[in-house]
Amino acid sequence: MSYKRLSLPLAILFAAALVACGKSETPATSPASPAVNSSAADELVVKIGASAPLTGPQAHLGKDNENGARMAIDDANIKVVIIGGRKARFELISEDDQADPKTATIVAQKLIDAKVNGVIGHLNSGTSIPASRIYSDNGIPQISPSATAVSYTAQGLKTAFRVMTNDGQQGKALGEFAVNTLNAKKIAVIDDRSAYGQGLADEFIKAVQANGARVVAREYTTDKAVDFTAVLTSIKGKHPDLLFFGGVDPQGVPMAKQLKALGLNVKFVMGDGGHTPKFIDLAGDAADGVYASLPGVPLEQMPGGKDFSQRYEAKYKQPIQLYAPYCYDAVNVMIATMQKAASADPAKYLPELAKITHSGVTANISFDEKGDIKGSSVTLYQVQHGKWQPLQTMGGKTSISAH
Amino acid sequence: MDTLLQQIVNGFVQGSVYAMVALGYTMVYGILGLINFAHGEVVMVGAMVAMSVIHLLIGSGLPPLLVLLISLIISMVVCMALGYGIERIAYRPLRNAPRLAPLITAIGVSMVLQNLAMMFWGREYHAFPSLLPNNSHRLSGAIITEVQILIVLIALGMMGGLLLLMHRTRLGRAMRAVAENPSAAVLMGVNINGVIAITFMLGSALAAVAGIMISANYGIVHYYMGSILGLKAFTAAVLGGIGNMRGAMVGGLLLGLIESLGAGYIGDLSGGFFGSHYQDVFAFFVLISVLIFRPSGLLGERVAERA
Repeated sequence: MSYKRLSLPLAILFAAALVACGKSETPATSPASPAVNSSAADELVVKIGASAPLTGPQAHLGKDNENGARMAIDDANIKVVIIGGRKARFELISEDDQADPKTATIVAQKLIDAKVNGVIGHLNSGTSIPASRIYSDNGIPQISPSATAVSYTAQGLKTAFRVMTNDGQQGKALGEFAVNTLNAKKIAVIDDRSAYGQGLADEFIKAVQANGARVVAREYTTDKAVDFTAVLTSIKGKHPDLLFFGGVDPQGVPMAKQLKALGLNVKFVMGDGGHTPKFIDLAGDAADGVYASLPGVPLEQMPGGKDFSQRYEAKYKQPIQLYAPYCYDAVNVMIATMQKAASADPAKYLPELAKITHSGVTANISFDEKGDIKGSSVTLYQVQHGKWQPLQTMGGKTSISAH
Repeated sequence: MDTLLQQIVNGFVQGSVYAMVALGYTMVYGILGLINFAHGEVVMVGAMVAMSVIHLLIGSGLPPLLVLLISLIISMVVCMALGYGIERIAYRPLRNAPRLAPLITAIGVSMVLQNLAMMFWGREYHAFPSLLPNNSHRLSGAIITEVQILIVLIALGMMGGLLLLMHRTRLGRAMRAVAENPSAAVLMGVNINGVIAITFMLGSALAAVAGIMISANYGIVHYYMGSILGLKAFTAAVLGGIGNMRGAMVGGLLLGLIESLGAGYIGDLSGGFFGSHYQDVFAFFVLISVLIFRPSGLLGERVAERA
């Protein structure tokens, strides 16, 4: 009897654990041949690992990243790339990290074991950071297309790079925009407790306070929640004039709707995690007037943006969600570096990566001493008539240092 | 004061959402002593099917409420078939196996359903078309939408209906007989397989209704929505006393209220030391405390002790 009663809470734990560890997608390519050197036609096989959440609430963003990377790989295989005098054939090994820090370390080890020459990923800051240590220990260069937490490159790892503006730069721009352009005085902040959301919210708060506005409420949620009425009600009682949410669109959409339903009249601002076409589809009327930022310049103004988005849509029959162009660039930077170093050996091309200059789709890419992209800018958008309209671009040619 | 009232309303709505799903868990558990972990996934399938049907019919010029009714019926039928299938494939062969075995298959079924839904409906979030009137009303300071009122009413209606079914009908008597002693029930001429299959189908039909109402409230559907919902609803069912219909309702409402008041006030009361992200910790703390003092939940008394 008592055993049976005990078994119930045990069962809950057990089930939660099982659900949490979940499933992972196996790579499409089999790691049968050794990494470098396939003797067949003196062809150099270069394996590029990619990792993003391909299942779970952020699967749409993860798939978008994978698509971007795959497009770069396919392009490189079509136009013949010569590395150190040998024709290179690129393989993408895509892994699902479920946006989960624990899974990310397993995935990282799996990619190392598959003997990848470099890694594009991960999507989230929360996964990129724990995985970066493993790549660093094994000397594998990692370029994240979308991790924005300041701490990712601040760890002092030689192997960690990113082609995306960091939260220090983005949070600062958002904070200045909120206070100086939107004239907000009393500000409420919610974050989803992920490395990304939390980091961005913290940087936003710093900037807001530096510009003389007050943070009247600081609330939290998770990256799996859909009901925010309790938190929003509590915020409503404090009468802010602006609400900032550090998080991604799966939470941003119901939050925007519940703001309306609760009659909370505030300006709603998000970071790049909210800037998706999906946000507008899903939120409908509630999306109108919402602000969000996106690192870099608008896609149409990117050096190769228009062409890229046409090719992407032709290839995948869907619009770009968010980071696909950055993923595409990350792969191409890596390939360009391998060409320059005349080797796909991580130890040989890694030093070159720090020095490379590559004109990509999103921007002219080069890295500073920490591995952050140089000369990053942030653009602010608002939803007007069912579309993200760029309002202003902040930052630019010179690197804005986070700290 | 307005804030407190609004938090209580929020808690009631959230609690009714949990209760709708918890009723499905509790009904199956009350009769079979089996925790149907796939229930949350059936809720998700119900919502997804309804969404697809609505998208198909929306352009046909039928009145919105009729479209919703048709999608409700189709989604209930699909879910009933699904519920029957799950029982037939994953649970019936294991009916006499140790208790852990069907628990494992239940988790397996839930993963299979989740991944099938991902393949079928894709990874992205979908908008759930708003066909129900969804105006906001003021309840002396608190705001509640029509869909939310409907959710509370449907949750109560479900509970009442199930209680009536269990205690006033022949089928209900057969269900209780199976719950009390399956082998004796067989000897009394109860068709056990039939009764159990109907239990599952009924639970799944309720799941379809819950799925549609929840999606109508939040406006989005996603293949992943069932897992968290299932876990929370299961918690609610355990809190109220699993196997007990009134308990599912009470547990659901209590969990909803704890979460909403917790999220709303923990931060202020603890001077910012604990924030609103502690709402789940708070909810599970209450669950553990209740289980220590009342191991069978608030209203729980086992319908039957299985030998």
